[in-house]
Order: sequence, then structure tokens, then C-alpha cells
Amino acid sequence: MKIIVCIKQVPDTKGGVKFNPDGTLDRAAMLAIMNPDDKAGLEAALRLKDQYGAEVTVLTMGLPKAADALREALAMGADKAVLVTDRVLGGADTWATSTTIAGAIRNLEYDLIITGRQAIDGDTAQVGPQIAEHLQIPVISYAQDLKVEGDKVIVQRQYDDRYHVVEAKMPCLVTALSELNPPRYMTPGGIFDACKAEVTTWGRADLKDVDDSNIGLAGSPTKIAKASDKVRKGAGEKIVPDSPSDGVKYIVEKLSEKHVI
Amino acid sequence: MDFTLNKEHEMARTLFKEFAENEAKPLAQEVDEKEMFPRETVDKMAKYGFLGIPVPKEFGGQGCDILTYVMCVEELSKVCGTSGVIVSAHTSLCVDPIMTFGTPEQKEKYLVPLAKGEKLGAFGLTEPGAGTDAQGQQTKAVLDGDEWVLNGSKCFITNGKEADVYVIFAVTGKIEKKGRVMKEISAFIVEKGTPGFTFGTKENKMGIRGSSTYELIFTDCRIPKENLLGQQGKGFNIAMHTLDGGRIGIAAQALGIAEGALERTIAYTKERKQFGKSISAFQNTQFQLADMATKVEAAKMLVYKAAMKKQEYVTNNKVSYSVEAAMAKLYAAEVAMEVTTKAVQLHGGYGYIREYEVERMMRDAKITEIYEGTSEVQRMVISAGLLK
Amino acid sequence: MSLEEYKDVYVFAQQVDGEISGISYELLGKAKDLAADLGQKVVAVLLGYNVKGLADSLAEYGADKVIVVDDKELEVYRTEPYAHGLASVINEFKPEIMLVGATAIGRDLGPTVSARVATGLTADCTQLDIGDFPLVAVPGKEQKHNQLLMTRPAFGGNTIATIACPDNRPQMATVRPGVMQKIEPIKGAKAEVVDYNPGFTPNDRYVTVKEVVKAVSDTVDIMNAKILVSGGRGVGSPENFKILEDLAAVLGGEVSCSRAVVDSGWKPKDLQVGQTGKTVRPHVYFAIGISGAIQHVAGMEESDIIIAINKDEDAPIFDVADYGIVGDLNKIVPELTESIKKAMAEK
Repeated sequence: MKIIVCIKQVPDTKGGVKFNPDGTLDRAAMLAIMNPDDKAGLEAALRLKDQYGAEVTVLTMGLPKAADALREALAMGADKAVLVTDRVLGGADTWATSTTIAGAIRNLEYDLIITGRQAIDGDTAQVGPQIAEHLQIPVISYAQDLKVEGDKVIVQRQYDDRYHVVEAKMPCLVTALSELNPPRYMTPGGIFDACKAEVTTWGRADLKDVDDSNIGLAGSPTKIAKASDKVRKGAGEKIVPDSPSDGVKYIVEKLSEKHVI
Repeated sequence: MDFTLNKEHEMARTLFKEFAENEAKPLAQEVDEKEMFPRETVDKMAKYGFLGIPVPKEFGGQGCDILTYVMCVEELSKVCGTSGVIVSAHTSLCVDPIMTFGTPEQKEKYLVPLAKGEKLGAFGLTEPGAGTDAQGQQTKAVLDGDEWVLNGSKCFITNGKEADVYVIFAVTGKIEKKGRVMKEISAFIVEKGTPGFTFGTKENKMGIRGSSTYELIFTDCRIPKENLLGQQGKGFNIAMHTLDGGRIGIAAQALGIAEGALERTIAYTKERKQFGKSISAFQNTQFQLADMATKVEAAKMLVYKAAMKKQEYVTNNKVSYSVEAAMAKLYAAEVAMEVTTKAVQLHGGYGYIREYEVERMMRDAKITEIYEGTSEVQRMVISAGLLK
Repeated sequence: MSLEEYKDVYVFAQQVDGEISGISYELLGKAKDLAADLGQKVVAVLLGYNVKGLADSLAEYGADKVIVVDDKELEVYRTEPYAHGLASVINEFKPEIMLVGATAIGRDLGPTVSARVATGLTADCTQLDIGDFPLVAVPGKEQKHNQLLMTRPAFGGNTIATIACPDNRPQMATVRPGVMQKIEPIKGAKAEVVDYNPGFTPNDRYVTVKEVVKAVSDTVDIMNAKILVSGGRGVGSPENFKILEDLAAVLGGEVSCSRAVVDSGWKPKDLQVGQTGKTVRPHVYFAIGISGAIQHVAGMEESDIIIAINKDEDAPIFDVADYGIVGDLNKIVPELTESIKKAMAEK
């Protein structure tokens, strides 16, 4: 069995988001980590490897430094790593990102593709299903449990108040929730091997069946009209009411103003 | 000379930090209060290869270098001094002598499971009458047919009751050296469960309270002849070699404790308000922190340098690293004691209560000035190197 | 194909088990505003099996027209038949705007459909407006009018972006539940109902749903709660959490707590908010008797509205609260519960 896991390198927001003095996000001050949902997806793939001897390839699209996330995946036990990086791919929205990744995946053999449900920087949850659409394979999003039986995957697909047990024929794509399984740590020896391992690097020319009009900033149907780094929430109003009833009145007013009640 | 860590070591640091924060830190307080050996954490460390970091892959290890091992002990000790010493005692004091002096059969039988973490190791040299003075050894081993018969006891043994494999030193005869009659000391590998090998009292300690410190008792304990480690009579050399490496492990533990205390103190002084501002805004606090950080950094340089020197020894064993190891341990241990004491002081009353970890760190730090050679012994080793 | 051919504001009317999801009404409410700005109509797209009867309620909440795709294949949500259904509607009817709820269904359906019809999709929007793109005219570049401007938080709410889709149609967005307002239902309102079935032929992309397991667990997931009433050491005792539970009950929320409460053994660990507990992002977060240590704040500061009640005027929680009340929680909380009960009864 051949599994491709798509991962993304994202800034770590755990332990707080850092800001520049002018209130903009200080990306340089935040550690770059492997996106948590993707890591859970990688763990699912590695468990299938432990169980069935699957070959696990990790793939990412990003700046050259995204290779660090691939090395982490190798140190956890992935077999091969592919970095898709090219200036012309920059500024891509989810559509252009998914066409690019699909173009890279067309070069690879696979039975199963696993992506994280969403990345903690963009929070869109779109790239996984869109890759499946470009590759014309079935997609099961929001997996909280994943098993393989023969040529089928059996997934617990999470919804708000329920889950479905869903069966799909491979090849297919599954998007993983963080709760799918807690990821393993790297091993020290895995780290040393990963640092020596070769990371396959592909550029625009290596993408298969991808039109120039569908990549990068120019190929992105959505355009940013305005972006601002929201200034960290400061103190709001504070009142010292004369009586508890005044305090209560104040809260009720605010709650109705905000349509909570 | 390059002071930047390479990619491997950066990644390894991230790994150890994450592991320490997630697995060791949440238990640190309980480990201390209840003198609890963190078995669960040790099992996880075994699973991820932390118990065989500098051991070649052919022997079930991770095939990494000494610096990586040092960083592991350092990061664990930042959050839990007990966890740090468990790894250090296992790796430096049991895995290392078997790896260095063991026969191919001994490596197969003992090194592989130790490196994989299936077994935990310990080291028995110290006796009630033989601390700094190894010649005071009373434990005897007598060859009887195909077996060595051990009698005597060892005290203050880290990983005492929790280990499976022990490197034990015993007197195997007398030799004449420069006209003086001296005890001939040899090293042995003893397995837990060997008839005649029992445990005495558990020590109730000031710090590193979860490390399972026990007395080992040998009463007509018979071990196979082939469990002699190295040559007969080379025990003293093996012990000294092993302690040179062990000191780097303890230096790393001391460094980690100091770093942990410094980190917490920085965070605390930023949070704690007195007279309407953070105490970190006071110059006294700032200068104290500056001194603490500078000493921690200097200790780190010494510890990492000793690790690299030992690495050089691994590839070219003509190199000696005794002096570097002694300097690293001496300095890191004294810095650990000083920094944790200042950390408690900067925490004020809160520093003196259990809820704030610096209290534990100060207690944990003290042992680093004592075990595997007191600071006085380190000074002897260093000066001997200077004056030879 | 020219962009002018696309018109009207479409809403995917999500239903589960034959019941319209709340988000569908919220989207209709917003769609009505947008359609008014554009001088266009509001169209609901209803996919399911035996669901035609739901069309009237969509009309009552603002749909001018309801397109019903009714097929046995659509009985239980699956990506493929639903994506085929919605994409076919888009290709056939050509909406200017297509809104989908950012639910566990919509966040799967939306991306699949947008990729299939080759348009952009903006996820998890919290604000939708009609305006110009670029916002300010740039010399030498065409400024398009009447564009859908989709505003969404990213980076865990730390940044915010407004996005347009000027060159592709429909302009698609998924919208976060609980943000848009539904209208007061217009009793007896009727919509034009259009039946449309593009034909459903199962293939490998149709997955099999082997089992549907509805949540019956009574363990509360505070991460999904829209309203959290959180208590700290200041609540005083495990028994006194009753007043917080009462408040949570009238608001349909859940109770959570700070680390001090868990450490004291008053509440289980899975209700703990903060660095060593869970990170929550409810619509409303009540911090009651919580001083607001950094470790706690890190786990809740992304809440939309934070209301703090604390007797210590200098408690750091007030630095992050939108509304802070200095006072005795034992007096304020029970009275608040009663007032809210009353206010809701009047509605």
C-alpha cells in the first residue's frame, strides 16, 4: 500500500501569538511547526505502515524552509519526502494550492491520500477536498477513526452531533482531525537519518497536467481586498456597579445588543 | 570553531523539549512528593529510543552522538531532575561501560536490550566505606569453578530497585604496585533476580526523590564467569573511565536544572507585581537575572565542550576527556546550586513553597555537587591534569 | 461565458434528518440583505430525499425561490451525490453568489463544489458585504462594483482579511454558524418552488455509509460550546457551581472552569480551560471568579465576547474582558440567570 500525506508548515500559535510593536503579527518570532491536523494524519499513515508495511510519502508545498517539516515527518518514520517549491506558485489561494498539489501527486503512485482537516493559519479546510476533486477520487473529510480493510478504507466521519461509519474504495482521500490519533514523537536516530535523507524537490515544471492559469497568485480566483493583523484584544469596559442588580442589568443589555438573548 | 548547533541537534532539542514538557513535567511534582519512580515516563523514553542515544544502531541504539545524549538529559532536567538522572545513570554508568569494555557476547546479551530500553541499567561502586576513596571497597568476588561469588553491599545506587542490569565493582585479589599492596578491583555484570542479590534500605533524599536510590546487598551471589566485565583487575580503570562519562551526564543534569530555574524565574519576575510594577522592572532583579543567565551560558559551553571531547574519544580513543568532564561537572553543579538559590530568593515567599517548582529545583541541584565525584574530587581531577 | 449571466443570491439549505439546520435560516437572513443591495432574489437550494415539504419554512425565513433536488441518493449526506447535486444546480441556474454554512457538511461540500465549478471559495466568513473591488480605485486597473466582499478571521482569530472573487462566478463563501441573524419568520410566506434533478448515477466516488451513530455521550465537549460559563477558585466550593450551571442552562451553554478548580478536585480535567487544559473559542465566555492568569487567558482569549465577574477590581481577567463587572458573583450570577430567563420569556 502506498500512502501520501500532505502536510503544511505553519507558525505555532501555542503559547500565544507574537506581535510587533505596531500591532502586526510577528511571524518571525513564532516557531514553524507541522500543522497539528496534518500530524495526526501522518500518525494514521504511520500506523498503517506499522500494521501493513505501507510506504509513506510526505508532500508539502511551500518555501524551501518547509523542508524542515518534511524532515520532522521523516524522523517520525515517513519513507520519502517531496517538497513542491517555486516562486511562481507563491500567493496561491486554496484553489491554486490544490491544483498545484494535485499536479504533484499525479507523478506519484498512491492508494490513499491523507491531509489534515485544516491548517491553523488559514483554517479553511478546503485544500483536502479540492485535491480529491482535481484527482477525481472520493473524499472523506473529518476522520476521527481510520481503518483499512483490503482495498477499502473505513472511516468514522465526524459531524456536529453524530458520526457516520463510511466505507470507500481506494484510491481515496481522507482529511484527518487532530483527535484521529495522538502523533508519535520523532526518535533521536530518526532525526539523524532524516537530516541525511534526500528531499525530492519539484518546481512548476514538474507538475503534471496543470495549466498556468491555475497556479500562484494569478491563478487564484479569490483576491485579498484588505488584510489586517487584528490588534490583540485589549481591555473592554469595566464597571463597578452600585448594586448587583445594576451589574445584572448591564450584562443583560450587552447580551441583547449582541443578539445572544 | 562554530557555536551554532547543526540541524540534527536543533531537531533533537525540539524533540526532547517537547517530550519533557508533555511527559515529564506534569509528573515532576508528584515524583518528588511521593518519591515516585516515573515508570510510565521511562517506558515512553524507552519506546522513543532515549535510553540508547549514543549507542550504534547495530546494538539497538539510535546511532547518535554524545551531544545529543547530553541535550536529552539537559532538557529532561529542566522540568524534572529525577528523570534526567535516570537517563544519565542508565546511559553513562551502565550502557557505556558495557559498550566500551564488553565482549561481543555481553553486548549481544546486555547492551542490545539496554539500548532498546527493554532493560534499565545501574552502577554499583560506592560503599559505606568507599565513596571518594575507591580503594576502600569491601565487596569481594571469588572465582569458584565457573562462577564468581559476590559478597558485600553497595549504597546510594541510582535506579537501585528499578534497574535490571547492574555494573558492580568488587575486590578480586591483591596486587603490588610500586611496592604497595593494593586491592585488585574488577567489574561485573549482575542481573536483577540473581539468587543472593537483594535490596536494602531505600534512601529518603533531599532531592531527585523519585530516582529509586537503594542499597544493593550480595550474599553468596553467584554469577557466571563470563559476566566479568573487561579484564580481571581492570575494575578501577573501568570505574574511572565510566565516571568521566558519567560526570558529563551529571553536568548536563545540573545545567538543565539551572536553566529550568532561570526560565521560571524570568517568567515569574515578569508576572509578579510589587509597588505597582513587575519585579522584573527593578534593577536588582535585572542584574541578578543577568548574572544567572551568564553563568548558565558559561556552564553550557563547558558541558557541550566536554560532550564533544568525549565524542572525539569515541572516534579516536587516545584522547582523554577527564579534565573537561570534571570542569563541566564542577562548574555546572555550582552554577545549578547558585542559580536555584537565587531563583528561590527572587520568588520570595512563593519560592519557599512546594507549588512553585524552584523549591524542588534547589533541592535537586544540591546532589549534582556531590554524586559521581564531589566538587572537591573534580578539583582534584582538574588539578592533577594541570600538574602532571 | 460572461459573468453577467450569473444572478441572484443562493443559499445551500442544509437539512439533516429532514430538519432544516439553523445555519440555513441565518444564511437566508444575510442573503436577503445582499439581494436587496444587488436588486436580486434570494434562492434556497434544498437537497435531500422527501424534503419538498421543507420549502415553505425556507420561504418564511426569506427565500423567494426554492430549488428542490429530491433523490433517494441524497437521503444521508455524502460528499459525492451532494456535490453533484449542488454543482449541477450552479451550472444550470448560474447564481451570482452561493452561500454555504461553515458546518461539518458545508466545509466538505463547499470546497468540493467550488473546485468542480472552478470558482473561488472563501471559508468561515463572519461578515459579508456588497462593495467595490479594489476597495479604493487604482489608476489603470478596473474597479468592479457590486462585488461580494467576504471577511474572515484567520490565524486563530488574530488576523482578519476581506476577500473578493472578482473574475469567477459564483462568488462562494462558507459562513460561520451563529454569526448572521435570521429574520423574524413571515408566517404563510410562499416561495416559487422549482424541482430539478440532474440524475444520480453511483460510481466509485459514492462512498457507502455503513452506520450512523448519533452522539449519546454525556461527556460535554467544551470546545464546541457556543456559550461557556466558566468558574474559578472564586466560586468557592464545588456546590456553589450550581449557580453557574443554572446560568449555563438558561443560555443553552456549558460549564467550564479554571485550573485551580480542577486542582481542587471540584471539576474534572476535561472541563478545564487554559494552557494545560483546552483552548476554547465560544461566542460568549463568562469568566466568573477567575482571576485570569496568563495560562487561563491563553485558552479563552479568542472568544468572541468575554464577560468577567470578579470582586477584585485589579484581576487581570479584566484586561481581556469585553465587559467587566466588579462585584460579588454570589449575588450577581443568580440574579442574572433570573433576568435572562425573564428576558427570553418576553421574546
